Amino acid sequence: MERFASLLDALGRTSQRNAKLGLIGAYLAATPDPCRGWAMAALTGELRLAAVRPQLVRKLIEARMDPTLFRLSYDYVGDLAETVALLWPDSGPGAAAPSLSEAVARLQSLSRAEAPAVLAGMLGTLDVSGRFALVKLATGALRVGVSARLARVALAEAFGLDVGEVEEVWHGLSPPYLPLFRWAEGRGPRPDAAGQPVFRPFMLAHPLEDPGRIALADHLVEWKWDGIRVMAVVSGGERRLYSRDGNDISEAFPDLLPALAQDMVLDGELLVRAPGGGVGSFHQLQQRLNRRTVSQALLEAAPAFIRAYDLLFEGQTDLRALPLAERRHRLERMVAGLAPGRIDLSPRLEAADASRLDALRRAPPDPGIEGLMLKRLDSPYVAGRVTGLWWKWKKDPLTADCVLMYAQRGHGRRSSFYSDFTFGAWADGTLLPVGKAYFGFTDAELAWLDRWVRAHTIARFGPVREVEKRLVLEIAFDSVAPSGRHKSGLAMRFPRIARIRADKPAEEADTVAAIAALAQAGR
Amino acid sequence: MDAVPGWLEVTRAGLRLRQADVWLDPARPVPRAIITHGHADHARGGHGEVWATPETLAIMAARYGPQPGAHALVPGATADLGGVGVSLHPAGHVLGSAQVRLEGPDGTVVVVSGDYKRAPDPTCAPFEPVPCDIFVTEATFALPVFRHPDAREEVLRALAALRVQPERCLLVGAYALGKAQRVLALLAAVGWARPVFLHGALLRLTALYRELGISLPETRAVADVPREALAGEVVLAPPSALADRWSRRLPGGGQGPILAMASGWMRVRARARQRGVELPLVISDHADWDELTATIRELGPREVWVTHGREDALLHWCALERVPARALHLVGRDDEDD
Repeated sequence: MERFASLLDALGRTSQRNAKLGLIGAYLAATPDPCRGWAMAALTGELRLAAVRPQLVRKLIEARMDPTLFRLSYDYVGDLAETVALLWPDSGPGAAAPSLSEAVARLQSLSRAEAPAVLAGMLGTLDVSGRFALVKLATGALRVGVSARLARVALAEAFGLDVGEVEEVWHGLSPPYLPLFRWAEGRGPRPDAAGQPVFRPFMLAHPLEDPGRIALADHLVEWKWDGIRVMAVVSGGERRLYSRDGNDISEAFPDLLPALAQDMVLDGELLVRAPGGGVGSFHQLQQRLNRRTVSQALLEAAPAFIRAYDLLFEGQTDLRALPLAERRHRLERMVAGLAPGRIDLSPRLEAADASRLDALRRAPPDPGIEGLMLKRLDSPYVAGRVTGLWWKWKKDPLTADCVLMYAQRGHGRRSSFYSDFTFGAWADGTLLPVGKAYFGFTDAELAWLDRWVRAHTIARFGPVREVEKRLVLEIAFDSVAPSGRHKSGLAMRFPRIARIRADKPAEEADTVAAIAALAQAGR
Repeated sequence: MDAVPGWLEVTRAGLRLRQADVWLDPARPVPRAIITHGHADHARGGHGEVWATPETLAIMAARYGPQPGAHALVPGATADLGGVGVSLHPAGHVLGSAQVRLEGPDGTVVVVSGDYKRAPDPTCAPFEPVPCDIFVTEATFALPVFRHPDAREEVLRALAALRVQPERCLLVGAYALGKAQRVLALLAAVGWARPVFLHGALLRLTALYRELGISLPETRAVADVPREALAGEVVLAPPSALADRWSRRLPGGGQGPILAMASGWMRVRARARQRGVELPLVISDHADWDELTATIRELGPREVWVTHGREDALLHWCALERVPARALHLVGRDDEDD
């Protein structure tokens, strides 16, 4: 446990990718099985320990100290595991601390009823770093700035493997990945995922910086749809839908699964259909996510479909080494044989030159479009973001001048700074909240905003402060849609603070009606 | 809860003795001020008359130029300001730092702690508990997550990191007034026998500490030595220099210097990350949670006033302890610096 705890400490203190790769690699090379496998599971978010919920950890600490002082501490620190690690009473030398795999084994075999005593017992044997690691592990949210991808790159580099091969075999394995480490150390064969309905890593695009330099004739141009990128995997009749990060989201889309009627691996955009037949808003799509069961009403109100981009497997044949032009040809053939209302093709666009392309980007025909994709026709399908093959070119954001109303302390890197900002627009002389932004600013601007909030507070509600209504923020957002969840009746997509307009009087900020007009214009 | 004594005015701008029109640690220039210590959010330039310890006056003179209206008040001596007896008592925060004891004509005693700590510090006089009716306390680290460890252990940890990476230098971010000199004294105390190298911004106050009789180990200016010679050495710099190009030119064996920061905030991971700190050193010149609460228990005041910081938690603790308490919500205090 101590080694894993120091790894988490060190990872938390660096933001450099290479340093993180080095730390994880050194840990994997120096740590025996099965501990290192459980560490990989924790870093990649594949460790599931159902018996320990954050609520249980809270109860344990609240039984040991004043609950209000705990809550205030948690508000400030912004991370449950760290707060508990810092507050848990230190105990003298006693029972030995568990190893990582012993801790995992104990946590995995726990019933809900046993969990409190076992967890408290283990916490009592650890120091601050160890307690932090244990609670992170037990509640399943490490958040140490390491993506699953980065952890796998570190593993590949530590053992001199090709990361594409690691990605490929990864999804057919489960923790603590003993066959993977046997293969990595040359003690066993490469594990094989063929024939299983496993996730295949997505190919990603870079933002297009210089449209003038793209040879359009060499590229397939299509819309970038504003939904959720999914991989539909069908093997031996087993059907799965995976999101970008490899999560299985099949359960939430029972209406879509029957339409996946062929063995295949297909890359596309998950969207819902609006009542008029067009593409529904991202907010409507969100209603369908993270549900175990979906009501009939919701299935009818927002039916799901896939707009297909690419074909990775046709039957059991791996197409990924083929050029995009050939895969697209086979994709068209495949989609023609599937239910048209549930799976359709992302249309190819034609543009003679960069300026016509730019015109398309600026004025897309559907509000469900985020911009353009440009993909080299000869590109193979390769995992990750490979430079020079695929490009994304987003439309320009909308902006509105809004007034800061409330600020809340942030979490993670921003904890203890007021960094979540609720802003409003005018309606009949009063301000109505229209959104919340927690990025877009530099560290210096964050420090400035934090000071401003502290100096202009008029009321406090726990971690939230209400401020004087006089600071104008220029908010950029990708789109805005009608929403019943907000008093203003509007919901912004991806709002961020574009500029602090300390020079502008609050009375001159935008009105709710003006922002609503942008929603109309977008439609 | 008792009312504020009639001779004292309390507003968000600060505390003021009504009769003599004297402010305590005012955020703006005023005709008359009592200053608890030399940090910039307590001691500002441009006041008319100033009452403070001789050390604090010397620090203000070094920072703001000559102080023509200065009244040196040695700890324990009393001045009568409009019928209020004013005396200063060591606060243990930085050199010259003092609590202000105010005894009004009605006999009520108010002690304004300023910033203070109870942990040992070889560079300043230790905190003196002063019995009082009303104790005005800071609350910079007033959350139970803040427990400062033994500062010597923190310095030893930093030196251990340097020992295994002798091709890099250990760059410690430390505030120019107080923290930097305390870290110097700590280095000497744990047996670091080499000279310590200082960023230019730390030279003047370090020299002033020596002039005021504080014994510190040998120091040299970074500017006076070739950069390569700093591998394996300890360098102190103000925190702002950590993220600067200045620090990138220090020897680091390809990784840059070992970035350390000496501050009570380093107890919280996110704070270390925000600073880009690789080696957080929890060394604070403020009282931690245990010191704050133990001090209130020890003094047993009739009432506690909380000036700035995490006042919610301290107020709640006072309520649990049945000590009447209120927050002053003073403006102009920058509690980030430690």
